Amino acid sequence: MSKDRSEEIKRFDGPLRGQALFAIVFFLAAALLLSQLGSETKWAKGTKFFAQPRFWPAVSVIGMLLFGGLHLWKLPRRSLTRVDAAEWLVWAKALEYVAWFMGYVWLVPRLGYLPMTVLFMLGLAYRLGYRSRKMLWISAIFGVVVVVVFKGLLNVKIPGGAVYEYLPGALRSFFILNF
Amino acid sequence: MDLILDGLQILARWDVMIALLVGSIGGVLIGAIPGVGPAVAIAILLPATFSMDPIVGLTVLLGIYGSSMYGGAIPAILINTPGTAVNALTTYDGYPMTTRGEARRALSLAYSASFFGGVFSVVCLILFAPVLARIAPMFGSREIFLAALLGLILVVIAHRGQSLIAAGLACFGIFLHTIGLEPVKYSKRFTFDQSWLSSGVDLIVVVLGLFAISQAIFLLRGEDEKVRLTKLRGGLFQGLRELGRHPRVASVSASLGVLMGMIPGVGEFTAQFLSYTYAQRSSERPDDFGHGASEGLIAAETSNNAVPAAAMVPLLALGIPGEALTAMMLSVFYVHNVVPGPALFQNDMDFVVALYLALLILNVLVLIFLLFATNQLIKVVKIPNRFLGAAILTLSFVGVYSLRNSVTDCMLAAGFGIFGFVLKRLSLPAVPIVLGMVLGGIMEVKLRAGMARVKTPFDFIDRPVAMILFIMIVGVLIIHLRHVWQERKSLKEAKWQSKHRSTNFGAQMSRRRSFLSTERGKTLRAKRSKYAPRSTDKNSPR
Repeated sequence: MSKDRSEEIKRFDGPLRGQALFAIVFFLAAALLLSQLGSETKWAKGTKFFAQPRFWPAVSVIGMLLFGGLHLWKLPRRSLTRVDAAEWLVWAKALEYVAWFMGYVWLVPRLGYLPMTVLFMLGLAYRLGYRSRKMLWISAIFGVVVVVVFKGLLNVKIPGGAVYEYLPGALRSFFILNF
Repeated sequence: MDLILDGLQILARWDVMIALLVGSIGGVLIGAIPGVGPAVAIAILLPATFSMDPIVGLTVLLGIYGSSMYGGAIPAILINTPGTAVNALTTYDGYPMTTRGEARRALSLAYSASFFGGVFSVVCLILFAPVLARIAPMFGSREIFLAALLGLILVVIAHRGQSLIAAGLACFGIFLHTIGLEPVKYSKRFTFDQSWLSSGVDLIVVVLGLFAISQAIFLLRGEDEKVRLTKLRGGLFQGLRELGRHPRVASVSASLGVLMGMIPGVGEFTAQFLSYTYAQRSSERPDDFGHGASEGLIAAETSNNAVPAAAMVPLLALGIPGEALTAMMLSVFYVHNVVPGPALFQNDMDFVVALYLALLILNVLVLIFLLFATNQLIKVVKIPNRFLGAAILTLSFVGVYSLRNSVTDCMLAAGFGIFGFVLKRLSLPAVPIVLGMVLGGIMEVKLRAGMARVKTPFDFIDRPVAMILFIMIVGVLIIHLRHVWQERKSLKEAKWQSKHRSTNFGAQMSRRRSFLSTERGKTLRAKRSKYAPRSTDKNSPR
């Protein structure tokens, strides 16, 4: 490594791994958005330049392209190496928890907020390696507390689960309203 | 006096009192758990506060904002891990005191300094409120546009060494705001003919993704840390007495906190840096700083706790949030059709004073709670990180799903969660995106209104406040460009400087190998020239 590069790397704020790919993707996304500016925004006739519907999208996308490009140009290392690949793997592995989250979102209107939250906490705790009875109990209780506080006390808008329809009369409406 | 009484009347309700209690204790708890922080908590609680009265909802959020820094000092002092980002400087002098066996003294001093900073700023702002009420009407559309622009520029250049990508991310935030229907001409912007993009991208979805879900993923992907806590014995009242011995450091730090808090985009870090530098330079024992100096701890804690009340000034007086937390609070105002800005200061001054009084009461409540409950509270530090991640993910669902019961919102939030996780891994800032979204919206509306009566470019800055703001923008940009130029110069100098060679093991081995191979090459060449001389060599034997 040349001495010039080592000095720049030393002064770079943050880790260098993964930076190149992020900067390239950011720059390309900005370029793509700029190419769509004409078709995705309109130029209104008889309207002042600063009040044009296209003005602020243009300012933002050109800014993204300009500053993203300068950031990419100023990076101490723009080539992709094996260290970067390891970093992308870390990003990809994080998608597992997005899948957990989306599964939870999809199942709540079907199984109900309370049962699904308890199951979600228990499942995630088990997945994370908390296998002791104490931690599993804490996870389940946490799930119940979240539902009671937010839906029961603060009345946040979360619909009752489809499964509650099978409950008998009074219990059914109680569950739909509170859990 | 009448204003204060009116403010107290607004607060004299049982639901506001409960909100104060929940906000202050909840804030301390959230601050004390490393890895959660006020941004995550406020993002999760935002939708829940929409159904409350504005004063109740804002009191809860203000409580969390104002008291989290008290709690953040606990792990900073006891285990050298700041509870919130702004408590990082507290570790410099707080943790060395703990290693010396003075944990109780450090905690007590941190609480007292925080209390002084909080109360000082609230008192200052209550006294200044009438002056602010007179200045605020001088801000028309042009001035608010320029102030928002100044705030955005300050946020960008505050990220030293990363200002280019911070500017790019701020522009990305402005772009996110423009998605959907344009409010005047009703033309679609970047919707790609997708119905779910027509209503735009909700700020809360972005905030929850960038702050809460990303933090949850970050914790879930990390490892649990084993924490060993020091046992605290005795009372925590001595700090107030010790604080009294350093009135100059405390008052200067609190003043700097108030001043820096009022400037959009500056905030706690600059206030702390200036206060700490002042305390060190004016100290009789500057070498003690970083090794458990009580003045250092006072400077750090006083200045950061003086900021929350001051940060409410640009938000309430001009409708301009200076950082991510106040940007989130702005949405609570909008939901209730309370538009912060000069009109709020003119017409609802009692509401503004009530908010400041709430902050004052909050500081008292937090101090009392901490003085008596610290021994129990420090146990929250032991909660495993990955379990916290699971808990934040569960709570994030409430925040996103309760907005519109939309799976699309959840998908968007999850997408921003991954984006925020990548930003965290790369140590890149997420705050410019949120401020770009909020300030971009303000700038669009105000520029349109401000340009309506402007004929020449100079007309835009022909009013005194607009001119001052314009000069400030130009000044800030010149200072930043000068700094960039100096950095470039020093980098060049460093490149050309003749430094001694690297002393690391790999470099030494590499040099040794090249030396040996050169030597071996020389020997071999000498040997070959001896036994197989070139025909052109005149001295060789024939």
